[in-house]
Amino acid sequence: MSASPAYSEEKGGSSSLGEPEYGHDPASGGIFSSDYKRHDDLKEMLDSNKDSLKLEAMKRIVAMIARGKNASDLFPAVVKNVACKNIEDPNQLIRASALRVLSSIRVPIIVPIMMLAIKEAASDMSPYVRKTAAHAIPKLYSLDSDQKDQLIEVIEKLLADKTTLVAGSVVMAFEEVCPERIDLIHKNYRKLCNLLIDVEEWGQVVIINMLTRYARTQFLSPNQNESLLEENPEKAFYGSDEEDSKDDKLDAASLVKRKPYVMDPDHRLLLRNTKPLLQSRNAAVVMAVAQLYFHLAPKAEVGVIAKALVRLLRSHSEVQWVVLQNVATMSIKRRGMFEPYLKSFYIRSTDPTQIKILKLEVLTNLANETNISTILREFQTYIRSMDKDFVAATIQAIGRCATNIGKVRDTCLNGLVQLLSNRDELVVAESVVVIKKLLQMQPSQHSEIIKHMAKLTDNIQVPMARASILWLIGEYCEHVPKIAPDVLRKMAKSFTGEEDIVKLQVINLAAKLYLTNSKQSKLLTQYVLNLAKYDQNYDIRDRARFIRQLIVPTEKSGALNKYAKKLFLAQKPAPILESSFKDRDHFQLGSLSHLLNAKAVGYQELPDWPDEAPDPSVRNVEVPEWTKCTSREKRKEKVEKPFYSDSEGESGPTESADSEPESVSESESESGSSSSESGSDSGSRGEESGDQSEEEEKKKKKKKKGKEGEEEEEQGKKGKKKKPQHEGKGGSETSWEEGSISESSSSESDSGSEAEESQSEPESKRRTTPPSSKPAPKASRKGTKEISLLDLDDFTPAPPQPASSPAIVSTSLVTDLEGLTLTDASLTPTMLSPVFSTVKTYELLHRMAGEGLSVEYYFNRQPFPPDPHMVAVQIQFSNNTESEVKNLRVSEPKLVSGMRIQEFQEIESLAPGDTANVIMGIDFCDSTQAANFQLCTHSRQFYVSIQPPVGELMAPVFMSENEFKKEQGKLTGMSEITEKLTLPDKCQSDHTIVQRVTAAANVSRVPCGVDNEYRFAAKTVTSGSLVLITLERKEGARAHLTVNSEKMVIGTMLVQDVSQALAQ
Amino acid sequence: MIHSLFLINSSGDIFLEKHWKSVVSRSVCDYFFEAQERATEAENVPPVIPTPHHYLLNVYRHKIFFVAVIQTEVPPLFVIEFLHRVVDTFQDYFGSTNVGDQLPTGQLSVVPWRRTGVKYTNNEAYFDVIEEIDAIIDKSGSTITAEIQGVIDACVKLTGMPDLTLSFMNPRLLDDVSFHPCVRFKRWESERILSFIPPDGNFRLLSYHVSAQNLVAIPVYVKHNISFRDSSSLGRFEITVGPKQTMGKTVEGVMVTSQMPKGVLNMSLTPSQGMHTFDPVTKLLSWDVGKINPQKLPSLKGTMSLQAGTSKPDENPTINLQFKIQQLAISGLKVNRLDMYGEKYKPFKGIKYMTKAGKFQVRT
Repeated sequence: MSASPAYSEEKGGSSSLGEPEYGHDPASGGIFSSDYKRHDDLKEMLDSNKDSLKLEAMKRIVAMIARGKNASDLFPAVVKNVACKNIEDPNQLIRASALRVLSSIRVPIIVPIMMLAIKEAASDMSPYVRKTAAHAIPKLYSLDSDQKDQLIEVIEKLLADKTTLVAGSVVMAFEEVCPERIDLIHKNYRKLCNLLIDVEEWGQVVIINMLTRYARTQFLSPNQNESLLEENPEKAFYGSDEEDSKDDKLDAASLVKRKPYVMDPDHRLLLRNTKPLLQSRNAAVVMAVAQLYFHLAPKAEVGVIAKALVRLLRSHSEVQWVVLQNVATMSIKRRGMFEPYLKSFYIRSTDPTQIKILKLEVLTNLANETNISTILREFQTYIRSMDKDFVAATIQAIGRCATNIGKVRDTCLNGLVQLLSNRDELVVAESVVVIKKLLQMQPSQHSEIIKHMAKLTDNIQVPMARASILWLIGEYCEHVPKIAPDVLRKMAKSFTGEEDIVKLQVINLAAKLYLTNSKQSKLLTQYVLNLAKYDQNYDIRDRARFIRQLIVPTEKSGALNKYAKKLFLAQKPAPILESSFKDRDHFQLGSLSHLLNAKAVGYQELPDWPDEAPDPSVRNVEVPEWTKCTSREKRKEKVEKPFYSDSEGESGPTESADSEPESVSESESESGSSSSESGSDSGSRGEESGDQSEEEEKKKKKKKKGKEGEEEEEQGKKGKKKKPQHEGKGGSETSWEEGSISESSSSESDSGSEAEESQSEPESKRRTTPPSSKPAPKASRKGTKEISLLDLDDFTPAPPQPASSPAIVSTSLVTDLEGLTLTDASLTPTMLSPVFSTVKTYELLHRMAGEGLSVEYYFNRQPFPPDPHMVAVQIQFSNNTESEVKNLRVSEPKLVSGMRIQEFQEIESLAPGDTANVIMGIDFCDSTQAANFQLCTHSRQFYVSIQPPVGELMAPVFMSENEFKKEQGKLTGMSEITEKLTLPDKCQSDHTIVQRVTAAANVSRVPCGVDNEYRFAAKTVTSGSLVLITLERKEGARAHLTVNSEKMVIGTMLVQDVSQALAQ
Repeated sequence: MIHSLFLINSSGDIFLEKHWKSVVSRSVCDYFFEAQERATEAENVPPVIPTPHHYLLNVYRHKIFFVAVIQTEVPPLFVIEFLHRVVDTFQDYFGSTNVGDQLPTGQLSVVPWRRTGVKYTNNEAYFDVIEEIDAIIDKSGSTITAEIQGVIDACVKLTGMPDLTLSFMNPRLLDDVSFHPCVRFKRWESERILSFIPPDGNFRLLSYHVSAQNLVAIPVYVKHNISFRDSSSLGRFEITVGPKQTMGKTVEGVMVTSQMPKGVLNMSLTPSQGMHTFDPVTKLLSWDVGKINPQKLPSLKGTMSLQAGTSKPDENPTINLQFKIQQLAISGLKVNRLDMYGEKYKPFKGIKYMTKAGKFQVRT
């Protein structure tokens, strides 16, 4: 696209000259035209609705371009056609690519088109397209920042997105467009924290950095009390006593005033959810978490990041370089945290110099009284290195250790003095400079060293070192009264040949000697000043003039002369040798600005902790009372427009509330299905809210354990209590479905009630409404039941559905990544599926073989609460003997690897003629291999085995039609198995078909907008992989059965079982 | 984020450039060249170079500088890590003939790291446990610091969506770990089991660290006698390499390198085995030893000729060691078992162990 400017230039030329233009119809070979509006017809053609016209126009334009003619004013029209067409492509990848192309064209003229496209894509049903929309936002913003307000609206919308795919990208857009709008984050904060671990790694970095800033504005410092205590010793060290005591009072006052600190649970949530990411393979993620902990965690917890940071030192040298800079800053504030890893910072001769120097910095920061001897020994090796820059840095480091740790000062100084005789001049020079600084601390004790250094002036040539020596001698000339004038004599001699910094120090020395020992040095000083007067460097000339006026008394010289001695020989404070990384942590660590120690463009300041915590409730996500209102609203709506084609308008406002979109998803996915996705809007919305509800569910499970307990209890209380809830839902669904449900419940007492139960279960979970609101719908529920006893055939045995995974969408995602997410016990599905009336029982032990004891089992399709990955097996013992059977138990299971058994509790005794029921759990690992074990009584052992039919290895999953389609789209190719079959006569009614399928496999029915199709969904118990069944009826009795599942084996077997069941 | 990317080869040609936003003139690289000149060596070019209007972030790999131009604040590691991934991708791409789909289909999957519809006639999963010993040994032969950095590299060619678990006999050894994103973190936290749906093909499953706190077995020792005399222009050089704690395994692939002081003009040495070279320009001595035979320890003896008239160098060279030990993970880490769920077939499984020298230095 960079070619476009070229075009426009060309345009200027050609059109102004009115050159003939061949553009209209290249085929006709040249219609001469100077008409300036000559492209209007092409534009019209492009804007028309007919593809043929568009095509023709495009051909002509291409021809024009091929002839080198300028067509740039047609650019927007072309773009609109090319990209916009694809923006509506049924393939989400193409839609996304189209948007990407569109947003990569940096021409202001397409801004409106881009804006529209972004808005549309932001409500696309595919999260991938929404992600692309988020990517396009910063691009548009950089093109035209006037769009900010509109873009913020889009960002706000996308921030509410519940998919991991979108989260990172939209936060990136937020950071680029409106980082100051921290208020947009409140409602999404908890969601972002919870999604974090599943977001792709680059998104994680962006989110973590943003949340660090957010947390700094919303929570209180976890170290507030500590920091007060901590500051004091420092003050005592640097500040005067007076100040200190004042501070003390203040602090004491504030300590009293402050309430005991309690960490905001949201603050804790952030820390807890980021911690596992320290294990990321991505250095940027690790660094992001490390800086988050450094800036936000209580002091005692920051230590966890050290290990991860040390690990990064194994990475590429560029990574090392960045990490070491950050470690250097951290190690000043939190030295203890890196002390255990001291040796990891030891330097290898093969390290690049810049790495060596940074490691040295860290080692120096870590030095304290206890480890200094080890560190100094290590430094000693470094001094012998061939890398002289590194040696120089080591000498500096020794100097710093010496100033910081009084205990070793003399040792260091002696060591450095020894270095003065080193053969390498650089080493000597660096030592001189460092010694100079050290001597300033206690000059009187070290006149010997000063003398030694004075001798060095003969040999040492490094200007900085010579200058340092001269300064030392001048400053402490009283300690070396004999040598100082002699040094001046020598320097006067070589003055003209010296470097500028040395010359300045010679003048300095002369002046000081003149003031203290004018008898011996008066002439010398005059001589030096005269030389300096004619020096080439004006600084030196200037200095000479200045000093002469100051020290040599004349009539003109004013009052200053009297104070010359005070001016020159004032007590000077010793320099503080401190790390260049000190206080760098006012920049957010890990940032570019921190690295450069300067604010980079676009750097967002890390705010200080607030004194008072802002209202934490802004992050609360409302739990609206929607059982009543929405269901009513929906009902009304239903009457008016049965297909909800634009229910969006009505549900829109409520949807924004975080916890409630389920209702919307429900209704809208329904609408999507019924209108078979004609309205792309409602379809996409359904999709979105589906995702939302999934996340929502996750979140709820994690957070609202307490509530869940309550809910579960409710579920436990038979169907009655749930009915009202179901009611609410039924109301929100389309009429035919509602009818069918209630039909089933009345016509088929057993499976009907199941259906009801199962339908309602998801609801009960989803609703966080207080129970008090239930009675009302309950009443109305009865109403509907009575009304809609009609369409018997429509939707007969409503399928069993799991209670726990109401908002399933992609449970597979949840379960697949279960290990990665923060799985709380509550996340694992607790399935309350219905008991089938017509359960198939299997024989475990025949009466004959069991010598009178017969054992049967069946799969009760209930969840097995102790372990959600286990299939519950109900076992029935019947004692047909004359005597008591005692101590019935399981022993010695011989299991295929991975398979597990949860044994039932031992039955102490079973009287003759009696029966007993127990439930045991078996994790079949999603395979149909048999679980072999022994059944023992007090007297005998029987080898038995339980082999599950494939249909029992799964648990039903509730999903909407859209979700089903989406999941099915992912499970194509190898994961899809299709079989053609012919339905026997007795298996023609919907009722029978559904019943047979659900009998053959523990699946739940998925609503379907098409008459001749049946869909069922489940997921495998162990791995949670989705299993999707589609039965499509063709003309006559023929039908297509399709199973989609990652588990190909399960898929294949299921196809067999189901088609067998249907063919019976 | 990244505004533009320049690829610069070792002779300073910008041979590739890519601009994501507006075109940034190549002249911005002049700042980089300046920094490069100042640094004298490629490895010392600062990874972040500020210029008046841009920031240049670079990585150096395969003798190519990848210079990214940045205009606004961004975590530097974000860019650096990204550039390294770009290089990895190049390496992958040019190394094999597999050309991926045009469309990023992986993005849509629940396991974005694995493509769907994988099918093999031979299903196999190989795991290489590779440990590197980083150590600094001081003059007297005692260990100053030693730690083990391990990785488990995998080559998994399995049909369908296999779900693997890998467990260790002694997972407690692993002090610090970082995972491929496919590994379920919670499972590791609670059971110390690696549970994952693997990517297809080669990938790094895990990197781990066995800390300096644990005692690390040092499998080789170096006896050295390197001396310069003040008066003479000849120095003595003698090193012997021998096995130490090798758990009965053979140490092979031994290679000794050492950067000699500038004053060394030449060396005349005789190895008891293997080949040696000394480059009088770079002053780099290298000795390809090969296998260590415990009965007959390899040694390299001879003299060094020093520049006449100069005093003896005050530093002794550091000896860098490379070696390999097959069938041994020096930390003692052992894989217990590998199980596959979710698929019916029986895969062929293989596990290999190897120990190598990482940054292994002997100070003399």
